Amino acid sequence: MTTLAPRVPSRFLPVLATVALFVLAFGVGSARYDGFASGQVIANLFIDNAFLIVLAAGMTFVILSGGIDLSVGSVVALSTMVTASGLQAGWPVPLVVVAVLLIGSTLGLLMGLVIHKFDIQPFIVTLAGMFLARGLCFVISVESVSIKDRTFRDVATAAIELPGGVTITYNVVIALLVVAAAMYVLHRTRFGRTVYAVGGSESSALLMGLPTTRVKVGVYVISGLCSSLAGLLFSLYMLSGYGLHAVGMELDAIAAVVIGGTLLAGGVGYVLGGLAGVLVLGTIQTLISFQGTLSSWWTKIVIGVLLLVFIAVQRTMVRR
Amino acid sequence: MKNRLLWPLLALAALLLLNLIVTPSFFSLRMQDGALYGGLVDVLKNGAPTLLIALGMTLVIATRGIDLSVGAVAAIAGAVTCVHIGTSGSAGTAIAGMAIALVLCAVLGLWNGFLVAGLGIQPIIATLVLMTAGRGVAMLVTEGQIVTVNNTAYKQVGAGFLVLPISILISLLVLGLVAFVTRKTALGMLIEAVGVNPEASRLAGVRSRTIIWTVYVFAAVCAGIAGLMISSNVSAADANNAGLWIEMDAILAVVIGGTSLAGGRYSLTGTLLGALIIQTLTTTVYTIGVAPEVTLVFKAVVVIAVCLVQAPKARAALSFRKVAVPS
Amino acid sequence: MTPPLNEPPPPVVEMRGISLAFPGVKALQDVDFRLFPGEVHALMGENGAGKSTLIKTLTGVHRPDGGQVVLGGDEVAFSSPGEAQHAGISTVYQEVNLCANLTVAENILLGREPRRFGGIDFPAMRKRAGEVLARIGVHIDPGSSLGEHPIAVQQLVAIARAIAVDCRVLVLDEPTSSLDAGEVAELFRIMRVLRDEGVAILFVSHFLDQVYEISDRMTVLRNGSLVGEHLTADVDRRTLIAQMIGRDLGALEAIEDAAEKRHPDGPVLLHASELGRRGAIDPFDLEIRAGEVVGLAGLLGSGRTELARLLFGADRADSGRLVVDGKPLRLRGPRSAIAAGIAFSSEDRKGEGLVADLSIRDNLVLAMQAARGWTRPLPRRTKDQLVEKYLKALDIRPANPDALVRTLSGGNQQKVLLARWLVTEPRLLILDEPTRGIDIGAKAQIQQLVTTLAAEGTAVLFISAELEEVVRISDRIVVLRDRRKIAELDGSVTGVDEVVELIAGGAAPEKVVS
Repeated sequence: MTTLAPRVPSRFLPVLATVALFVLAFGVGSARYDGFASGQVIANLFIDNAFLIVLAAGMTFVILSGGIDLSVGSVVALSTMVTASGLQAGWPVPLVVVAVLLIGSTLGLLMGLVIHKFDIQPFIVTLAGMFLARGLCFVISVESVSIKDRTFRDVATAAIELPGGVTITYNVVIALLVVAAAMYVLHRTRFGRTVYAVGGSESSALLMGLPTTRVKVGVYVISGLCSSLAGLLFSLYMLSGYGLHAVGMELDAIAAVVIGGTLLAGGVGYVLGGLAGVLVLGTIQTLISFQGTLSSWWTKIVIGVLLLVFIAVQRTMVRR
Repeated sequence: MKNRLLWPLLALAALLLLNLIVTPSFFSLRMQDGALYGGLVDVLKNGAPTLLIALGMTLVIATRGIDLSVGAVAAIAGAVTCVHIGTSGSAGTAIAGMAIALVLCAVLGLWNGFLVAGLGIQPIIATLVLMTAGRGVAMLVTEGQIVTVNNTAYKQVGAGFLVLPISILISLLVLGLVAFVTRKTALGMLIEAVGVNPEASRLAGVRSRTIIWTVYVFAAVCAGIAGLMISSNVSAADANNAGLWIEMDAILAVVIGGTSLAGGRYSLTGTLLGALIIQTLTTTVYTIGVAPEVTLVFKAVVVIAVCLVQAPKARAALSFRKVAVPS
Repeated sequence: MTPPLNEPPPPVVEMRGISLAFPGVKALQDVDFRLFPGEVHALMGENGAGKSTLIKTLTGVHRPDGGQVVLGGDEVAFSSPGEAQHAGISTVYQEVNLCANLTVAENILLGREPRRFGGIDFPAMRKRAGEVLARIGVHIDPGSSLGEHPIAVQQLVAIARAIAVDCRVLVLDEPTSSLDAGEVAELFRIMRVLRDEGVAILFVSHFLDQVYEISDRMTVLRNGSLVGEHLTADVDRRTLIAQMIGRDLGALEAIEDAAEKRHPDGPVLLHASELGRRGAIDPFDLEIRAGEVVGLAGLLGSGRTELARLLFGADRADSGRLVVDGKPLRLRGPRSAIAAGIAFSSEDRKGEGLVADLSIRDNLVLAMQAARGWTRPLPRRTKDQLVEKYLKALDIRPANPDALVRTLSGGNQQKVLLARWLVTEPRLLILDEPTRGIDIGAKAQIQQLVTTLAAEGTAVLFISAELEEVVRISDRIVVLRDRRKIAELDGSVTGVDEVVELIAGGAAPEKVVS
């Protein structure tokens, strides 16, 4: 019962810290480089990371429930592969979209069921899922398949004009819709609140009579669905399908979620945190490319350091 | 104990049998210039780095931990050595480079141990830091280039033969050493005690921090040696791709070998079998003419199958003979 | 006050002939239990008496092997806590079983939240939660995180959740164990309100004062069997305690004579002054001499385990000093205690004692090996000799050093744990409930061993829920009640009745005999 002036619940602090970091990074960029502080640079952050935003939203569900999903990067690759080869085979776009989303959610469902029914660690099961999805890409084709479908290319290249001459793509719109939907589900539905409850204390959630089974399996379905959707966005972004797409993207997604203040132990975090995390990662990349002399590997090092800082901060907050 | 190794053994036997039927040449061996060649030798040679890393991982997992950073550490080891060797052809430089690399790896292991045992961070996250940053560091060392070397002494580590490939000899030597050290000292018992029941171990006066620290350093050094093998085999350091996903293979090898990710009892023999299964699988897929990338699908199937067979809940569900667990 | 005397209403819950066995343990044997509307019913019994099991059978966590559960006249068989809740049986557990990361309102209403347009209607939810909280007189912001509130408030929120649905039966399983006096008073006020509304309350507590203050009726269990059902007003504390702890003399009488009372006059080994830890045990003074057996008597929750853990450094004291061999000793953890020759065998054999997946051999040498560090292994021969010696000395079966400890019976597991510490040749051996849940034969062996050790000069701190055992074995008895040391008695002249009197306390003056 403290009476400190701005009454911000402490649970929002990690997210606010991430947002502050984003503002700071962006501020540094604006101060140092001409043309950094433009609306289009911000828009590009979203355009270049739309798929990652969607992945992070799905990953947030899994991590909030106390699990982890290593398969997302591979499911993205598989989705690009199915999209590209489906279109190449002349399937109509809607069919391709449905097929991709169905494959992603089914994979998620299977992993969730194995994790829950047989009590095998999520780490191992989703690791197997990661291998399986990646392998299936190569079953379809070992080569990169480019997308030539007109409709698809049109959607990919269509630009939406925003005031101020800033343009974004449909990818951005979809990603933001996903974030909104994820927020609604997590905060406004029993399912979403149960995700938090399970992550906070699974035994309590069970004793409270909450639908833990549905949630523990459901988060992997959601993550699978988000991964396949992210795969579609990635296909639009790359206009090709390839088994080596999105290698290591699961780590980016996990890093974004953790940097966004979500506790890996589960139960604490927000979808918006994941979004902020993605933007921070994106800004760092943009900063490094503006710098020009700094090499790309610094991105990895900086991400590692950021991870460390946020984990250390969370650690001290938990201990408090 | 023996029972635990039954399924991995069967899996390996099945794989070998498959090879015997499909490609009998897999089993043919020939001597050439004092070196042994053949399918089986290939399995051993290519599986050596995975086995080595899996050995370190086994001990880490036994303490209820996990080390995701081993692949990155392997890349760093290769990068540091190759950059140190540069254009030199002398054995001394190569040895010095490798020594520097391994010391550095030990330091990285200390770092992981510090995060896990010192700060009490979940192992999976603690090592994710180095997994992400480590590759960046490796690229920093090589300045983003693939550094090639031409040093016969260094070449021996990964590609040399003493009848058998030197790399597998190193791995088996380490396996023997670990087995010897963990059994002859109390390390093995204390590792298992910490993994099975951390609180009881604390109350019995076990220094669990020291133990945890030790296994992470050991895992990092193993990763370092594996990194040397990988880089030496191609006489180059590729910071981006060297040891990519090898941590996952290693974890799989450990799990297939019957060591539970929940910590506790571990089996080095199981890990050896697990590593052999993974490598035989990869080689088999290759020899029967499927695209090597598709190996991943088979890997996934084998992992899930072995995990299911070993999971108590799955056993109960599939009504295997009842495992007696008197309390 | 509504103890129904003339014409009692029919019971809302009636459990008849309930039996339940776990592997190796008969947890409940033919237990009858009745709970009437509008009463507070205390369920009494020591550890292992079957209280929790009975409660869990009622709330759908366990299915009984035999017997029937009748709720409001209908026979029921719940297969999950959710079903029991649905039928009007709500439970509040000892540890707050809520989610600290959710808001107070969510914790009260999640699972039956008000909805609007398919989503959760948060304003309505907060309002309803506020109403439920107001009903029990708790005024906190329903929108705040549960974790921000102290445990006592969380406990009240758990009660609010329990009564937010139509609740006929409210089970409170040790709700007071982490509350202070003011908070307990608040809880009791709420319990009275609910009782007067006609809710049947099943109450478990180890604090006798509380039981006598709040309950109308009580049921006593011991070793999984029903001992008796009484109106609280009809049974005095001594009778109650006697029923709870029982008097199983039988096989143990033989030892009584052997352990003739001695007056050890060895040097003072350990001296604690004003040692204490907030929320665990009030500061106490204690002196233990070499060759002396000091018994700790007190009911569960009286602070006996907490005291032992402080002496071993398993928990850190936040006040007081400890002197061993005349030199001050700061315990930073178990290792420093072990180095000073102190050993502690925990009451929680499985959780804090044995390493179940390791062999008898490894468990036996664990403490000694840990003290030496991993680089200096015990030579194989020494190890074998030690193991052989203690397998024989303690009659551990099977006498196979490679057998996994998890496969042993309770008594043999306890002996392995004891042997682990004997190997280190401690000068002070702290035994917390070393004879709980083991068969009579093993029990007698362990008691014999304690006597022998003391005769050889080892100091022993002996904790047991069985007063007779404590009285028989101890040279000196320290009595604890409500986390305070209240008396110290000379073991040679004390009888069980005298100790019971002190534990029962109540209005009895605090006296220090000896």
